[in-house]
Amino acid sequence: MKSIEASPELTLPGRKPIQLVDENGSAVGDLPDERVLRSLHRAMVLGRRFNRQATALTKQGRLAVYPSSVGQEACEVGATLALEADDWLFPTYRDTVAVVTRGVPAVETLTLLRGDWHSGYDPHAYRVAPLCTPLSTNGPHAVGLAHAARLRGDSLAVLVFMGDGATSEGDAHEAFNFAAVFNAPVVFFIQNNQWAISVPLSKQSKAPTLAHKAIGYGMPGYHVDGNDAAAVYTVVSEALARARSGGGPSIVEGLTYRIDPHTNSDDTNRYRDASDAEPWRAADPLLRFNRLLGVDESAYAEEADRMMAELRAEMNKDAHVDPDELFEHVYAVPTPRLRAQAAALRAELAADRGDA
Amino acid sequence: MAQLNMAQALNRALRDAMTEDPNVVVFGEDVGPYGGVFTVTEGLTAQFGEERCFDSPLAESGIVGTAIGMAMYGMRPVVEMQFDAFAYPAFEQITSHVAKMRNRTRGKVALPMVIRIPYGGGIGGVEHHGDSSEAYYTHTPGLTVVTPGATADAYSMLRAAIESPDPVIFMEPKSRYWSRADLELPARTDPMNRAVVRREGQHVTLISYGSTVQTCMETAGAAKEEGWDVEVIDLRSLAPLDEDTVCASVRKTGRAVVVHESSVFSGYGAEVVATVSEKCFHWLEAPMLRVGGFDVPYPPKDLEEHQLPHPDRILDTIARLQWEDQ
Repeated sequence: MKSIEASPELTLPGRKPIQLVDENGSAVGDLPDERVLRSLHRAMVLGRRFNRQATALTKQGRLAVYPSSVGQEACEVGATLALEADDWLFPTYRDTVAVVTRGVPAVETLTLLRGDWHSGYDPHAYRVAPLCTPLSTNGPHAVGLAHAARLRGDSLAVLVFMGDGATSEGDAHEAFNFAAVFNAPVVFFIQNNQWAISVPLSKQSKAPTLAHKAIGYGMPGYHVDGNDAAAVYTVVSEALARARSGGGPSIVEGLTYRIDPHTNSDDTNRYRDASDAEPWRAADPLLRFNRLLGVDESAYAEEADRMMAELRAEMNKDAHVDPDELFEHVYAVPTPRLRAQAAALRAELAADRGDA
Repeated sequence: MAQLNMAQALNRALRDAMTEDPNVVVFGEDVGPYGGVFTVTEGLTAQFGEERCFDSPLAESGIVGTAIGMAMYGMRPVVEMQFDAFAYPAFEQITSHVAKMRNRTRGKVALPMVIRIPYGGGIGGVEHHGDSSEAYYTHTPGLTVVTPGATADAYSMLRAAIESPDPVIFMEPKSRYWSRADLELPARTDPMNRAVVRREGQHVTLISYGSTVQTCMETAGAAKEEGWDVEVIDLRSLAPLDEDTVCASVRKTGRAVVVHESSVFSGYGAEVVATVSEKCFHWLEAPMLRVGGFDVPYPPKDLEEHQLPHPDRILDTIARLQWEDQ
């Protein structure tokens, strides 16, 4: 790991983000092996297509809303592929590409945004917590799970995603501090996409980088080129490995950019200049890997087409929602009041259908 | 029979639960070697080690949020919010995550955890040390909210709360911490979700919970001298509300007063009155009345005697229930 500037010792993160592949697709550090590079590339191509497809589904009314991560695929994919099977992932609402990369079926990943249930997948089956909408509240959950695993003697690590805006929340502080004090095996991955809806990073933080925040908690902090999947993968792998072996938590900041709006329903023209995104389009994580590996997206076109066709077909089915389920998962056993309300709703629906 | 107070009964409940189930862990502020500001966790670190009972950084949201993650991993955390109003920074974790995790995940992730909140006034505390915050929690679907009014229940209900497959907000009436009772522990009382009739009577039902159960018992004694035979119900579980026990009593007496410490407006008593009115309207011989705190922020100690329900005020309210009609 000679190419990594930051170290587990509490040195300040470098001003220049850690980079292994530059904007031209040239290697500027020790790269992961070829097999890893290809899986990063593939997952980014599929992730980009997934982002595009999901946004299209909002236009067709099949998704209520979609917060795209176009431009951030290197963060989503690089950090997630660094996880081992026993590790856990705590994603936010924007991390659908990470969740899909972790192996959760696309349709199940999208149920929250589709509106037929909040979390469509079984968190235990994939070791992926539900997509978290409130900002940074998933941080303490990740710390708690990691701490519990350590108490049990299990050597797993937990990766938790948060955005630049989320670092302003109190729960981010509490999560960082608890993790450090408990020496919990957690890696906080901050995707700094530089915009919290319309508020730019300059109004979010005065820290030199968000990775600098780690120092105050007694953790190492890494400032990584978030459009370089190789750098993200390498740094997060190292941080997770150290966490698993009892070395404690760390913060990794991936410096990237949100190319698309916050969600399909906002308009970036109201708060930022079109020119703002231009340099970031040139620094596109996919382009960089196309150049590095000498293959373009078409290498995965057939697979991507098939997956998106499956997703469209699944999403075009009307979701089956059972009103009885409203009451089933509030408590382990529904209370008498909930049973009565369920019966009342059933009667209402029967009357509407004319069964009565 | 040993003489035990409520704090000791709670301590014994934690001790017994931790002995029986290695997944039970206790943490929060000052709960470790110090034993908690009310001594409820005294001796737990010494007996079970720092991995089972430990001090956390001072941060309520972090405490509750961390407990969520631990429960997701199969543990049964019991956390302490040192005082009622100190829990408010954790409100988002409690309402957005603790209450909803089972629902969000369609039953795939349960959170068997207990949040202990010493609540209420009457101890001469300063600002933020006397709130009754139960209505915030009972309004949140997914939470079970209970409060023991009796020392024997404190043991039994805390054991049941820890054993519950769902998260429990366990409200401890701090003015009752030092009330002693003859007890042989371990002993289980009625199921946690049931209300109990603490005293039988024919003329009027006093419905209460937590610290004011004792106030109502004193009131019932005084009312006897006035010729009023008062029934006292200890709700024990606020969410869910044991409607059957409450309604059976009101149908018998025809008159009822709900008594609690917290402000009356949008308070828990409103729920009881509304529920009983819907279910027992034709049995009621007078409107149901409420006795609670004034609709003011909880006052400083020199004024709290005016805020807290006391027997005279409850007797006056009973008198307003059209006794001349009898």
